[in-house]
Amino acid sequence: MRVVIAEDLFLLRDGLTRMLQAHGLQITAAVDNGADLLAAVTADQPDVAIVDVRLPPTFTDEGIKAALAARREVPGLPVLVLSQYVEQLYARELLAGGSGGIGYLLKDRVFDSGQFVDAVRRVAAGGTAMDPEVIARLLDRNTGDGTLAALSPREREVLALMAEGRSNAAIAQRLVITERAVAKHTASIFLKLGLQPSDDDNRRVLAVLAYLGG
Amino acid sequence: MAVLTPPPRTRPRFGPQAGLVAVTRGVVFTGLMLAGLGLLIVIVAALFFTALGAGILIAGNGGPQDKRVLLAIIALGTGLGLARLAGPAVLLGSRGLARLTRQLAGDWCGVLIPERYTPRPDEALTYTGRLRWLAMDPATWRDLRWTVANPVTCILAALPAVIVVTGLVEFIGPELTREIPPPAFPGNTAGTLIVLGLAITSVGVLAAPALLRAYGLVARSMLTPDGEAELAQRVRQLTQTRTEALDTGATEIRRIERDLHDGAQARLVAMGMTLDAAGQVIDTNPEAARALVLEARDASVKALAELRALIRGIHPPVLADRGLADAIRALALDTPARIHLASDLNGRPPAPVESAAYFAVSELLANVSKHAEARQTWIDIRHTGEMLRIGVTDNGHGGADPSRGSGLRGIERRLAAFDGVLAISSPPGGPTAVTMEIPCVLSSPKTSSC
Repeated sequence: MRVVIAEDLFLLRDGLTRMLQAHGLQITAAVDNGADLLAAVTADQPDVAIVDVRLPPTFTDEGIKAALAARREVPGLPVLVLSQYVEQLYARELLAGGSGGIGYLLKDRVFDSGQFVDAVRRVAAGGTAMDPEVIARLLDRNTGDGTLAALSPREREVLALMAEGRSNAAIAQRLVITERAVAKHTASIFLKLGLQPSDDDNRRVLAVLAYLGG
Repeated sequence: MAVLTPPPRTRPRFGPQAGLVAVTRGVVFTGLMLAGLGLLIVIVAALFFTALGAGILIAGNGGPQDKRVLLAIIALGTGLGLARLAGPAVLLGSRGLARLTRQLAGDWCGVLIPERYTPRPDEALTYTGRLRWLAMDPATWRDLRWTVANPVTCILAALPAVIVVTGLVEFIGPELTREIPPPAFPGNTAGTLIVLGLAITSVGVLAAPALLRAYGLVARSMLTPDGEAELAQRVRQLTQTRTEALDTGATEIRRIERDLHDGAQARLVAMGMTLDAAGQVIDTNPEAARALVLEARDASVKALAELRALIRGIHPPVLADRGLADAIRALALDTPARIHLASDLNGRPPAPVESAAYFAVSELLANVSKHAEARQTWIDIRHTGEMLRIGVTDNGHGGADPSRGSGLRGIERRLAAFDGVLAISSPPGGPTAVTMEIPCVLSSPKTSSC
């Protein structure tokens, strides 16, 4: 799998490169600003771009803009955005295209390289990887008006993992239950929330996020 | 506190029509003067009865003792009672008349008169509280002085009408009705009287605009805030808000220091110790070393989470990145209540103002979800003139009392450092509407490279 990295801090750029290489991913370019990122993705046509939110020259949300620009330049390019903090506002902007292949994770998630590389592969395959903190805040927000009150605690756990973009197999592994049990839970969740069930993992995530975000 | 937009400058023009308008306006000013006179009569009556009562008590002699005491008590009671009951109302009335005069002087005489009143304290005022607020405001006494002087100065405004009426009634009147005797002077034939009458009336009408403007100028000389007193008041206010701003800043820095010390710093120390322990056992007990390393990793995740929370409390990154409207939008996305945001900002307020406004809105939203049980909240951000105005309205059950909640007081204090104000309307049963105003100019919108 071919990856382009945009991260302005040398230590993190270097660390990310080594870690992904150790997991057998190929780093075609590691750049430190948005303009170089655009050049790299058009030249290399990577499977996924990993982009830091804070990039020069403004050191604000340059990375989000660069990621969205890169997706305009190379339609359907999977992009994983990394940040020291997460905002639902940015998550929404990234998801607004609605075509999948989007990840938005806290930088802390690289501490668990296994999980992180899973997320990179998921995004590269056109899936979604939303940070658990984004999802936790979404769920908190929806708890207030009682829309989620009908769900059992277990169903809430499944919903959260589903919203992060995980497949049934991954959810089963995480909660130490069978895949069939996960399928039962998801069917029940979709029924209770009045959502159209879907076997497609990615469409499912987008439906859940749209429901929670609405 | 309402923001007064300067009235349009309309200079009176010369001519019969402008003259007639000016005559009428002079009459309206005279009406205001008479209303002020009514207020003065109340004051004079209160003073008179009080003095009378005191006089009878001290110097009164003759007549039966008990009758004298009774008289004194009645007079004193009337005087003091009148002062107690009508005192604040009279002061407020004279302020109201003066304000109206300022407004009309701008609209009618083309004379702009600045006004500056100490804003009314927000809490429900007791009798003495209201009296103190009125008495401490130099504007109250300036306006009262104007009310006293006005019967004389108002001659300027009333003169045109007097001349016109004299011309019409005294000179032309006798020709129209036999009831009015013609003025007695040699040669007072019907013709001369009518010519004289018309001439006098015209003089009144034509002179009216100039006299009205002269009246406006006199009003300005008496009603303009006195520079020195205003400066003294401003210095007092600045001293107070500066002290409060410095206190708030120092408290914040202490809190941040404590949070770093007890949080991230302590966790880093623990991580170092855990890693050291892992290093000691790595050869003898690799399993235990592995567990310790994982423990250190979890500690680093927690330290990062704490640092994130701390940073959000100091200056949320999204505020720095995107500015006030988007930061509040991000805040709204984290709040259970449905929030409708309207913003017309094109440009950014200075960073400290932006930050104060952000945390004020954040505090208000927290209040809404904690107390108001509101289903919906509307946030409105506007910048007009040189004023940033933010309205936060919810459809909750109202009853928010700024004198009891320390949160609202805190917001008010923080805004005061920027000469900002906060007004709240929250009747029991709702809705609650909070309006904040901070004077500031916007920097032009940042031009993005993408």
